Amino acid sequence: MTAPEPQFDDFYRELILDHFRRPRNRGELADPTHRLEGVNPVCGDEIQLDLLIKAGQIDDIAFTGSGCSISQCSASMLTERLKGRSVAEAAKVLSGVRAMLIEGTPPGPDLGDLESLEGVARLPVRVKCALLSWNVLQDGLNSAAGA
Amino acid sequence: MAHLDVARIQHDFPILKQEVNGRRLVYLDNAATTQKPRQVIDALVQYYETTNANIHRGIHTLAVRATDQYEAVRGKVAAHIGAANSADVVFTRNTTESINLVARAWGDANVGEGDEIVLSLMEHHSNIVPWQLLARRKGAVLRYADVRDDGTLDLDSLRALVGRRTRLVSVVHMSNVLGTINPVAEIAAMAHAQGALVLVDGAQSAPHVPLDVDTLGCDFFAFSAHKMLGPTGVGVLWAKPGLLETMDPFLGGGEMISVVKPEGSTWAQVPHKFEAGTPNIADVIAFGAALDYLRHLGMEAVREHEKAITAAAIEALTRLPGVTIHGPRNVGIRGGAVSFSVDGIHPHDVSTIVDSYGVAIRAGHHCAQLLMRRLGVPATNRASFYIYNDERDLQTLIEALRQAIKVFTHDSARTAV
Repeated sequence: MTAPEPQFDDFYRELILDHFRRPRNRGELADPTHRLEGVNPVCGDEIQLDLLIKAGQIDDIAFTGSGCSISQCSASMLTERLKGRSVAEAAKVLSGVRAMLIEGTPPGPDLGDLESLEGVARLPVRVKCALLSWNVLQDGLNSAAGA
Repeated sequence: MAHLDVARIQHDFPILKQEVNGRRLVYLDNAATTQKPRQVIDALVQYYETTNANIHRGIHTLAVRATDQYEAVRGKVAAHIGAANSADVVFTRNTTESINLVARAWGDANVGEGDEIVLSLMEHHSNIVPWQLLARRKGAVLRYADVRDDGTLDLDSLRALVGRRTRLVSVVHMSNVLGTINPVAEIAAMAHAQGALVLVDGAQSAPHVPLDVDTLGCDFFAFSAHKMLGPTGVGVLWAKPGLLETMDPFLGGGEMISVVKPEGSTWAQVPHKFEAGTPNIADVIAFGAALDYLRHLGMEAVREHEKAITAAAIEALTRLPGVTIHGPRNVGIRGGAVSFSVDGIHPHDVSTIVDSYGVAIRAGHHCAQLLMRRLGVPATNRASFYIYNDERDLQTLIEALRQAIKVFTHDSARTAV
């Protein structure tokens, strides 16, 4: 083939094989302190995020939902990155993910595997898919801060 | 597919000569909007370079020339749909505005509390929401005819809904999701027997099938120029002779009046009564070039070309693993909008991957959420064909879909690294 190889194959392969096929922390918590939902009305992507927050610490986290691979992988990665971490660290990671996806800022070391979502920034119409679970997390952190 | 000289047609479309993501552009989103031939683009430029003037009231040469060109397109529209009088053709912005015009100018005066409007579950939002708004204004009731599992309209369910309280039956001629062509003449007879009027949403049929509004038997027919080679911003409403005269104006302003006095005004003759303000003159005139283009091809030939490529597409898609087609298989009762699902792959993922191969398809609910719910899917993929698509385009789509399926189902050793 003379045409260049499409660049999104690799991106998809990495993302999908790792998190889409084997999502982490998928399910509901028995006793979450916070349960939040988010939808992208245009796509129909849905995410429910359960948080168990005690003394400023995310002791447990789980998600359920349906939608495209980017929305579901992003949620899976979120839970993996933030389980057992402090609320303060979660807020920091959240702003790093937003900067990466919205402003195209190169991911810092604190994002860890989340850097594999960087390619989504090149797909403007898909950024909202990747951001869905993070916007739900923002609601959770807001309500944790208010409580 | 010898019905059209596709290679020659492709040559007329400048946009198709470009590469997208390093690949030849394969444009398969024609149910959303079609590309424009050189002839239409030239007509637009020529109008602004040689003719530009406001129409109808001017005495000077350019105003007369612009008016003549604009009014000539009304005749071409009438000819395209088999209408006897060009005075029954109203220019609007799009199909949506045409339907809203009927909901306001006819609906407000003819639909009352407890009256019923019958729609179907395969309607585009543009043929649902205007009626929901009317129903809310007047206390009317909406009824929805069902869609069968095979993607055809359930005529028994429709028949059961049409009764003495029915004021209007408003249905799509060709579904933008399923491709289904509805038996409009039969539906019109059913509605007329109960004294109801019939509106046909022709947004997907006017570009693709030979039309004759008398044979269809409908009272209103609405469509858009941009889905049939014309510019955006031009829609058409046709009404059965005599009907527009009975209706109140839709929008008030210049162009649509006869005499304006402090205490009130009288209206211009139809169709001008429904064309308030300066219309989209340039785009209407360029739409004339689009209608000429289709007339030269012949709508019978357009239809035959699309039947052939749609049949080939359905066959090729059916052979892909995990692909389900939503809509009838028989190309005799369907057009070239082919919706499908791929097992385990969300339509947005499919669309992103095939786009990286230069293939433009649509993914989403296609402004038909009632139908998505009926089909039990959140969204579908849709490839839709037109006069410039050929076997090679179809093969590129199929190859890109194979890649998408491979990415999602093939366990690569790469992850172990």
